[in-house]
Order: sequence, then C-alpha cells, then structure tokens
Amino acid sequence: MTAEQLIFIIVAAVTLVAGISVVTSRNLIHSALWLILTLFGVAIFYVLLDAGFFAVIQVIIYIGAIAILFIFAAMLTRRVMQDTGPQTNPNWWLGGLIALLLFAGIVFILINWQGFSSLAPKLTNPSGRIIQLGLALVSPDQYVLPFELASVLLVAGMIGAIFVAGEKKQ
Amino acid sequence: MIPLSWYLILAAILFCVGLYGVLVRKNAIAILMGIELMLNSININLIAFWRYRSSDGIAGQAFAIIVFAVAAAEVAVGLALIISIYRRRSSVVADDMNMLKW
Repeated sequence: MTAEQLIFIIVAAVTLVAGISVVTSRNLIHSALWLILTLFGVAIFYVLLDAGFFAVIQVIIYIGAIAILFIFAAMLTRRVMQDTGPQTNPNWWLGGLIALLLFAGIVFILINWQGFSSLAPKLTNPSGRIIQLGLALVSPDQYVLPFELASVLLVAGMIGAIFVAGEKKQ
Repeated sequence: MIPLSWYLILAAILFCVGLYGVLVRKNAIAILMGIELMLNSININLIAFWRYRSSDGIAGQAFAIIVFAVAAAEVAVGLALIISIYRRRSSVVADDMNMLKW
C-alpha cells in the first residue's frame, strides 16, 4: 500500500462519515459544519487527482460561499424545528431503500465496465493545464458558449435571490 | 497508484448519501445540503474520469467548472426561496410548502 492509497482511505473515511452526519444530525448548524468537513475532503480528492485549481475553487466557492450561506440560512430560520420532533419523514426507510438500490445499480453497472480498475496515465505538462483550461473556456471553438451561459445564469440567480428574499416595501 | 474504481465507488456512496438526505429530511435547508453532496460527488466523478480516461483534453474540467457555477446559482436562489417562505409561513418544513397545491 502506497502513501497515496493510505491518504485516500483516511480522507475517504472522514468524508463519508461527515457526509452521513450531514444527513442524519438533528441540529441544522451541526449539519452545516459537517458539510464543511465533507467539502474539505472533496477538495483533498481534487488534489489527489492532480486538479489543484479545483481544490482551491472548492475551498473558495463551496466552503467560503455556499457553506456560509447555509449557516446564515440556518440561523435565519432558527427555533422552527430545532431539536423538537422527528427530523425525518415517517417513511424514511423507503428513502434509504431507494438510495441503497441506486448504489447497487451503480456498482452493478460499474463492475461490468472494463475500464473500472484502470490506473491513471502519466499526466503530461501538469503546469500548463491551467493555461489550457483558461484558454478553452474563452476560445470560440471550445467552451465560450457554456461559459457565457454560466455567467448569465449567475447574474440571473443573483438578481432572483435579491428579488425573492428582499424585504417588500408595502 | 489509486485505481479509478476507488473514486467511482466513493462518489457513488456520497451520491447515495445525498439522495437519502434529499428524500428523507423534512427541513428544506437540509434537503438543499443533500443536493450539494450529490453535486460534489458528480464533480469527483467528472474530475476522476478526466484524469484517468482523457487527461489530454480539458472537457472534464470545463464541465466541472460549469457544475460549480450552477451549484452556486442553485443554492443562492434555493435559500432565498426558503427564507422568503419562512417569512410568510414561519416554517421551513418541506411538507408545509403546499401553497401551489390545488
């Protein structure tokens, strides 16, 4: 077992425990904090996959923006269902069953695929990847259209969020 | 060396945990957290396939960037909707949000 595999196993265990705690913990603030731990674990996976840029934007966007937004929303809607009554639907076993069935289906499809246990090829020119990605996102014959659509979507999301959550003057 | 299967199994488990959260939790904010877990597992899959199958190209990374942008927009609008509903109904339980039901 190499050091890389050891790191993977430790980080995977922490990420999965944190992910399960996100969906099972009763207090919403605790859920949000576990979510931050999960997102950190995913960032470490990006580093292991030679995508350091994604690890950085994972920390900045997901942890810095989205998780903080979750904590703010949890604090703005407090005292509603905190620690009182069940936090799950009465037919929670059905949800668990669907999740298990989906997992079994995914695993069944994956182990019948011949590239399942392939190893990573050597990465050529790892430091030029950021330049390549940046050029690909703005070059007209590659991904400039999805990139512009994403920017329009972000502007629409921002305006929509301000409009929906803003205090209406009567 | 880590085989591709480890990443795929991990992403599958994370996706199913997120799906369980979406299906089971009552609190609408917790449902959005489940969606975030699912989007993260998708991103692990995208980056892992980029690294192991087509690391000469850049398509997997570009796709993952778009997923990031969509996740940010989704959570902003979703939480704004939940806060707006909370202001009117004083509830964040998804079952109570039945104003559009006939």
